[in-house]
Amino acid sequence: MTTKLVGTPVQRVEDQRFLRGQGRYVDDIANDPSTLHAAVLRSPHAHARIIDIDVDEVLDLEGVHAVWTHDDLAGPMAEPLPLLIPHPSLTHGRTQYALAKDEVNYVGEAIAFVVADDRYVAEDAVGRIRVSYEFLPPVVGIDAARAATHLVHDDVPGNIGARMEQHNGDAPAAIAAAPHRLELDLTIERSACTPLEGRGTVARWDPDVNRLQVWSSTQTSTGVRAAVAVKMGLDLGQVDVITPDVGGGFGVKINHPWPEELLVPMAARALGRTVKFTEDRREHFISSAHERGQVQHIEVGFDDDGRLLGLDVMFWHDHGAYTPYGLIVPIITSTQLLGPYKPGAYRVVFESLYTNTVMVTPYRGAGRPQGCYAMERTMDAIAQFLGKDRAEVRAINFIQPDEFPYDHGLIFQDGRELEYDSGDYPASLVKLKALVGWDEFPAYKAEMAAAGRQVGIGLACYVEGTGVGPYEGAHVHIETSGKVKVATGLTTQGQGHATVFAQLVADELGVKHEDVEVVTGDTRRMPYAVGTFASRAAVMSGSAIHLAARRAKEKVLRIAAEALEADEKDLQIVDGVVSVKGSPGSAIDLGTVSVLSNPLRYAFDEASKAATQFSVGDPGKPPVAEGEEPGLEGRDFYSPERATFASGMHAVVVETDPETAEITILKYAVVHDCGNLINPMIVEGQIHGGVAQGVGGALYERMAYDESGQLLNASFMDFLMPYVTEVPDGIDIDHLETPSPLNPLGVKGAGEAGVIPSAAVFAAAIEDAEGIPIIAMPISPSDLFHLRQIHAKEPS
Amino acid sequence: MKPAPFAYTRPGSLAEALATLAGDPDAKVLAGGQSLVPLLSMRLAAPSALVDINGLPDLDGVTVTASGVRVAALARHADVLASAEAAAVQPLLAMALANVAHPTIRNRGTTVGSLVHADAAAEMPVVLSLLGGSVDAASTAGTRTIPAAELYVGPLQSSLRHDEVAVSAFFPALAPGAGVAFEEITRRQGDYALCGVAALVDGASVKVGYLSVSDVPTVVDLSGIPVEEMGEAALAHLEPADDIHATADYRAHLVRVLTTRVVRSAYDDARGRR
Ligand SMILES: Cc1cc2nc3c(=O)[nH]c(=O)nc-3n(C[C@H](O)[C@H](O)[C@H](O)COP(=O)(O)OP(=O)(O)OC[C@H]3O[C@@H](n4cnc5c(N)ncnc54)[C@H](O)[C@@H]3O)c2cc1C
Repeated sequence: MTTKLVGTPVQRVEDQRFLRGQGRYVDDIANDPSTLHAAVLRSPHAHARIIDIDVDEVLDLEGVHAVWTHDDLAGPMAEPLPLLIPHPSLTHGRTQYALAKDEVNYVGEAIAFVVADDRYVAEDAVGRIRVSYEFLPPVVGIDAARAATHLVHDDVPGNIGARMEQHNGDAPAAIAAAPHRLELDLTIERSACTPLEGRGTVARWDPDVNRLQVWSSTQTSTGVRAAVAVKMGLDLGQVDVITPDVGGGFGVKINHPWPEELLVPMAARALGRTVKFTEDRREHFISSAHERGQVQHIEVGFDDDGRLLGLDVMFWHDHGAYTPYGLIVPIITSTQLLGPYKPGAYRVVFESLYTNTVMVTPYRGAGRPQGCYAMERTMDAIAQFLGKDRAEVRAINFIQPDEFPYDHGLIFQDGRELEYDSGDYPASLVKLKALVGWDEFPAYKAEMAAAGRQVGIGLACYVEGTGVGPYEGAHVHIETSGKVKVATGLTTQGQGHATVFAQLVADELGVKHEDVEVVTGDTRRMPYAVGTFASRAAVMSGSAIHLAARRAKEKVLRIAAEALEADEKDLQIVDGVVSVKGSPGSAIDLGTVSVLSNPLRYAFDEASKAATQFSVGDPGKPPVAEGEEPGLEGRDFYSPERATFASGMHAVVVETDPETAEITILKYAVVHDCGNLINPMIVEGQIHGGVAQGVGGALYERMAYDESGQLLNASFMDFLMPYVTEVPDGIDIDHLETPSPLNPLGVKGAGEAGVIPSAAVFAAAIEDAEGIPIIAMPISPSDLFHLRQIHAKEPS
Repeated sequence: MKPAPFAYTRPGSLAEALATLAGDPDAKVLAGGQSLVPLLSMRLAAPSALVDINGLPDLDGVTVTASGVRVAALARHADVLASAEAAAVQPLLAMALANVAHPTIRNRGTTVGSLVHADAAAEMPVVLSLLGGSVDAASTAGTRTIPAAELYVGPLQSSLRHDEVAVSAFFPALAPGAGVAFEEITRRQGDYALCGVAALVDGASVKVGYLSVSDVPTVVDLSGIPVEEMGEAALAHLEPADDIHATADYRAHLVRVLTTRVVRSAYDDARGRR
């Protein structure tokens, strides 16, 4: 009997390659001297009209092949980039041009595109372009956007791209009637995905067959393909987009097409040469995307037990200069804010605002960290007000296990009802309290205080809608060698898809894990796909692969039953061999079944010769019978009705230095429920990575824009992404497995979970240590020092 | 992030290196490259030529005598940090070097390069200044010794001339009965400090060096001042400034906190050596 792989910590098949430096990223493609290299002239000003661009000196430089500005673009390429996800509330959506036309709206916006023999020359050439600007007043930060003294776009009054309201019940009335009321004003600053590999694109035009081949570091090869085809006036069938290894995405690479994703193919066709663009670190900071910045106002009414009777939230979301990704981030904040709780009535209103800064598109968590922060800060404030235990106030508001499916009466980011499929929040809380030592903490805190040390504990809960549609597909092909080739269209950025998807196939088909090879993100292998975001790969592609493998298996059993003259029901597949249960002599391996599935006349290999001992097919019928296809393949798609909702809770113990205000993490605990675990080791890896990013967002990272819209810390020297020395030494993790009823695997997404509660949980722990309300995140020692001074002056 | 064009030479002798530098006022010495190469890549510096000194003979090594530690130009931070003899003669070296960047950078970056790069946020210039060390510089005109007190003339500016190669630095030994200590506060481990303090105490003499709270490496003589008041007294000589990582007020606060802590540890250190 083959042992089941699903549910076990199978070692990652990717790691040998990655750890030995054998990963193959976009910059490793077409690494020969004939490839041309692109560089981009980017706006040094946050807001300006372009009066004139002088490129005269550029082509004089030896090694320069071409330069483009907006004037040189034609047809769809000269139009604004697509607004990928329109929404009726996004009344004033705006997107940039591939190269700026007339106006620039953030430092970093692309103005000109140079192609040269190498990147050095391309950058020299960029330095020779002369642009004259008429300066316009920059709008930086949410306060300036709301004040609207100046406008980012002349035709967007109040800088308001969208205003959206959702409600369930009459929250203002419920608050007015509640025994207790509180108001909170919170802020959370910008951060960014900062994958170690930035954006990158290589394109090659083949004039012999009129086809374009594009390699891009993207989270959606099918999306890039469609965009490139439309912008270049090509048929989809003329464009292949291949995603090689991707050195991290975390959301920024789901936005597409980036200007360079279009300009590189355009240049490749125009010049008849392979062209490459590799984004550098500074470019990534100023020309990709950021996230998180919000200002929030919360009003809440509650009873003596802390039960939420009414919750009324207004928030302002800084979406930067353009809105290519629509309202996904603020919609997620506004809906996922509710977490595991069921307020009596809820209203949320947000305004999504323009500023002259880098645009905002989803970053791991995608609006949830902000929502979780709003809700969990509120929970802590209620507990503080009532003098109750913070865990207890949360527990009393939980949706109970017997209340699923639970409909919040709101519309989620995918346009479907916000309906939770399953979960067990009380059980999670019990586990978390045990894991972190919640009940023992007051004694520990007192003991530390006696030793002159200051410690605090915080907890935060979240629910995450994962695995949103519309669909993913999979193709499973059993080769005559018996090896199984699997393709799914979404892309991989290090998650371990090749390991996990192979586990699913190995179990379903009864083959060895090492005999399954998975390809993702290659439109030649699976042209129908959506992409990797919203913690959807395991749910969507996992389910599709499972279904496709099942189809292949059905065909295996059908053919094998005929070959072995046995009943399908009596067959088993173990380690790639189909046999009749209880009669081991009667067996056929999968490779031979694959040969039999394809009535070809020519025998090339041993498998074909081996197949001659079996006979299948009805001699009275055509060799490929009606309803059949040659080959041993399975193809299927999975399309869920709605998202499936994972959940979890984090707790952290911090120590704050009474003198230096340094903040140290003493303990970090996570209870996580993503339904059935396919590979617990990989899920824990996702949590580790998420927590690390969360520590960054809570304690280190911010986008330091000055008032003129210059990003002052556009490097890893000054943007303080945490090192391994800054993340907790160990993270205590416990799992709960509440299966999803929505997909055949019972799984939920796990990719974003680790990062969602960080701002909330650190704010809570620092507040507990310091006895000072924490209402702005992230927080640095310098910030904490000043908070102490303010509160020492005016004791609350 | 690609440098502007420059010529590159890797001379095989010091004389050749010095001749090249003498002939091109825009040429720059390349040592470990850990400060210079980022500047080139960001096009914040665009020298006409780089004179790579990594091929020069007789310029590596850490020589320890009873009077002190001589660090040659190509000795890496890691070499100095790994020298138990150096640590025995002048313990402040290892205490400070452990705070310079990360192992990978210490493997390439040179201590002498750091000294002449003259960053007031760097550890070793303050250490050299506090200990009253010196740098030996060679040019086609000969070799001279620059005392630390004359080395640092402005922000990122040393008195080394463009045609000189710093061939070694000398850190005096710790006097019998004296003690040293070092502490800094960084945002992330290995980052440049928000504030760093090094102390040298010898009987009643208390000298304290500061990094990241002034434009140039600064040493203040705090002898005779009560320990709790030393930080406040030192602030009269310092200019902590605001930046995106910390405010001037917070840095000043760290000066007060760290001065007391570090001077006390230096006295503990002195006692421990008796
Ligand atoms: C990520 C990172 C973090 C860092 N953190 C710290 C830190 O916390 N503390 C710290 O002190 N430093 C830090 N550094 C800088 C590091 O210590 C450098 O190695 C050092 O400052 C310069 O030494 P180098 O040999 O690399 O010099 P280079 O970069 O080669 O040269 C620096 C400058 O000195 C000149 N120069 C170098 N050697 C000589 C010589 N022998 N004669 C004449 N001129 C010379 C060069 O012309 C150049 O102007 C960090 C660097 C990095 C990349």
